[in-house]
Amino acid sequence: MASVGKIARRTFLIGSAAVLGGVAFGVYKVRSPSANPLEDGLAQGAATFNPWVIIEGDKITLIGPHGDKGQGVAHSQAALIAEEMDLEFGQFDVSFGKPAAAYWNRALADEGVPFMSTDESFTAETMRGVMGGLTKLLGMQITGGSTAMPDSFDKLREAGAIARETLKAAAAQKSGINTTALKTEAGHVILPDGTKLSYQELAPIAAGLEPVTDVTLRDPSAWRLIGKPMQRLDIIAKSTGTQTYGIDVEVPGAVHATVKVNPRQGGALNGYDASAAKEMRGVKGIVEITGGVAVIADNTWRAIQAAEAIDFDWGEAPYPAEQDQHWEAIAASFTEDKLDKQWRDDGDAAAAVAAGGAFAAEYRAPYVAHAPLEPLNATVLVEEGGVTVWTGHQIPRQLQVLVAEITGHEQEQVTLHNQFMGGSFGHRLEFEHIKQAAEIANQMRGTPVKLTYSREEDFAHDFPRHIGMARAAGVVKDGKVEAIDLQVAMPSVVESQMGRAKIPVPGPDSQIVAGSWNNPYDLPNYRMRGYRVPGLAPVSSWRSVGASANGFFFDSFLDELIHEAGADPMEERLRLIGHDASRKVLEAVAEMSSWGGELGPNKGRGVAFVESFGVPTAEVIEVTNTDAGIKIDKVWVAADVGTVVDPVNFENLVQGGVVFALGHAINSEITYADGMAEQANYWDAEGMRLRQCPEIFVRGLENGDKVRGIGEPPVPPAAPALANAIFAATGQRIREMPFSKHIDFV
Amino acid sequence: MQLVVDGKTHEVDVEEDMPLLWVLRDELNIKGVKYGCGVAACGACTVHIDGVAVRSCQTPVADVDGEVTTINGLGQPDALHAVQEAWIETQVAQCGYCQSGQIMQAASLLSDNPTPSDDEIDEAMSGNLCRCGTYPRIRAAVKLAATKVQGA
Repeated sequence: MASVGKIARRTFLIGSAAVLGGVAFGVYKVRSPSANPLEDGLAQGAATFNPWVIIEGDKITLIGPHGDKGQGVAHSQAALIAEEMDLEFGQFDVSFGKPAAAYWNRALADEGVPFMSTDESFTAETMRGVMGGLTKLLGMQITGGSTAMPDSFDKLREAGAIARETLKAAAAQKSGINTTALKTEAGHVILPDGTKLSYQELAPIAAGLEPVTDVTLRDPSAWRLIGKPMQRLDIIAKSTGTQTYGIDVEVPGAVHATVKVNPRQGGALNGYDASAAKEMRGVKGIVEITGGVAVIADNTWRAIQAAEAIDFDWGEAPYPAEQDQHWEAIAASFTEDKLDKQWRDDGDAAAAVAAGGAFAAEYRAPYVAHAPLEPLNATVLVEEGGVTVWTGHQIPRQLQVLVAEITGHEQEQVTLHNQFMGGSFGHRLEFEHIKQAAEIANQMRGTPVKLTYSREEDFAHDFPRHIGMARAAGVVKDGKVEAIDLQVAMPSVVESQMGRAKIPVPGPDSQIVAGSWNNPYDLPNYRMRGYRVPGLAPVSSWRSVGASANGFFFDSFLDELIHEAGADPMEERLRLIGHDASRKVLEAVAEMSSWGGELGPNKGRGVAFVESFGVPTAEVIEVTNTDAGIKIDKVWVAADVGTVVDPVNFENLVQGGVVFALGHAINSEITYADGMAEQANYWDAEGMRLRQCPEIFVRGLENGDKVRGIGEPPVPPAAPALANAIFAATGQRIREMPFSKHIDFV
Repeated sequence: MQLVVDGKTHEVDVEEDMPLLWVLRDELNIKGVKYGCGVAACGACTVHIDGVAVRSCQTPVADVDGEVTTINGLGQPDALHAVQEAWIETQVAQCGYCQSGQIMQAASLLSDNPTPSDDEIDEAMSGNLCRCGTYPRIRAAVKLAATKVQGA
């Protein structure tokens, strides 16, 4: 047995993989199954086969522990179980379940290892196994990193198959007929004479059996659901205003609260005058919380109005007050002492660049807010015997830990009712609003407190996507790209975010370079270095995380070099890319867009390729240079996720990812003045509006042999593809997001 | 003061300047209407007053001079409005938080103009923000809804 501390030190190379401390580690413990949380308080005659399936009375419930922030996993998780269990939609309920170690996320650990996702060598796979063991042991239940499908695909199909085979064993016991003669269909076991036994009537017998775990998963040719267009389980509720989100939760007797916390994030509350606010209609109380105050009222609007009426004396920001200082700190960090890691050193890029004739460029990516449409909220009830929380969150077990610390309870005494989320993009990985709601509720035990942020508070306290800068130098020769030396400086999002969550992370941060270092180009000379910039504003994961900036840096520079070389942007990328599945997504967008064909006047096209979260993704964008500015006409996207679980949802998520990426690339950033974000509402950071939305054509490829998620991978190639298209149409090269600083858009 | 919402008359005792949004959500517990920005920048709070789309977050309750229809009154899961049918068939929603407002905006557009052009759809729907980026499907759903409205 070795301690986690020892493992962490020995495997210090592991970047971005979160490791909690203090738990014994051993092979036995890793191989043994986690406890089934559904066994707690199981009713007489009810059956649970594993942590994902329970039959109680006439109700079958499927547990999908990954949270749903719009990506549709509540549906997709259930579909994976239903596929093997032979259930039809309408025959079961779905639940996010309760936080439990059994719901550990292996796929997230896979992404944290310092190997390219295209690397399937023994060493890389062994390291993935070690990290998976750690993650399981520590019971890390996380929705994020586009891992819901990779984590669930085998696990949930197995859960469904185990339930099916155990119900068949129950039917065999009841009927005396051997299981090999039994079939299952639409929630029933079918006997050879056609008699149907419902799963519900078999459950009391199944409850007395050991689950049958020696199961074989169905061949893809037999799939009824996977790969077929499905109607999402939440689509009717979300089209009729009947879907309940965290902000809609009404607990009887609840009071409404809002907060005002120092907009200089992490700064102190020096003092405040709430005398006017106290007298306002409906105000029930004003209490101090960490860094600010909360107003409690009988109505959300009254709470927000009263909060606006408070005068505050805020302390200084624990980071540079002005935006220019942030850029200066980044620019000064390309030094050996800030070197986080040299991630790649193929050939000798440094010598190639030093030999002279190199082309150089600098790129910037700004802070950007997540700003999901549902403002942050949480309802919390603190009682002597335990705490109840209603909110939508992506890290349920850590939420329990942090709430319990505030209220003085044990982790297990915190009950979370996880809710559908009105978007996240990384925002609901954060805990500040949860902790604030717990602090308020702890000061008024016995009364449920519903905390709702105003949009302005949400913007002020949105830990944004990290700022970043790239310095690139490259060499071309004989019409070919010969060398790239790319250096990227950023704050460490993992250090900042996991630090707030109190999850220490050893080693270099792969997000500083994600989307740059891991692209499967076979360049003769390629060096990639990441520099960690300390002391800037707190930052957080933003849809596609490091790749959202690095994709822009790397692919824009590659495009510049290809133009310097006088080569065709598509042909040269295809020449340089060795990895088979990656080459095929480029070939797909070339074919879809009829790359190389004649364009009309004032039009230009750009192509970009980025591999993120194990998904090779290529995009071609076509723009027109009009008198009113750049008009984005069309986008073609091809992405390889190994298996497309639901083609309708796949297309929707890819289109959404492109819109999200383009909107922010065009017009959104967070800047700091006097230590505060200057953007307060959607007027200031608009993203894309419908009138700007291009036509988006999508193709999902299935050449990769692992199942991958599609939530984030469409984001990184969109900004460079647009910049490359603008260059093709205008001759103007844009090296900084948001592009609206340099060019107008229609 | 009195308010007629989704066919029901309510008596509410609130400040005249309380936005209709918060009267609906916190006083009348009609939660299909969503708070997104509070400044008419996102459209999540869109309802109809006498059939015309308005941003309820910027409508003081005292200024409400007609019958209010919310997404919950437009149609129900077992009695869908044509626009809701189109939204379901097109599978527009991702997180779904903006879709109440999108659907109310589209219903208002189509009742005013049953055969909108592409430009008219873009114009009418661009005040409604969708952070998930479902715009391609919103366009398709509005067009499908238009054929349903005409067929009805």
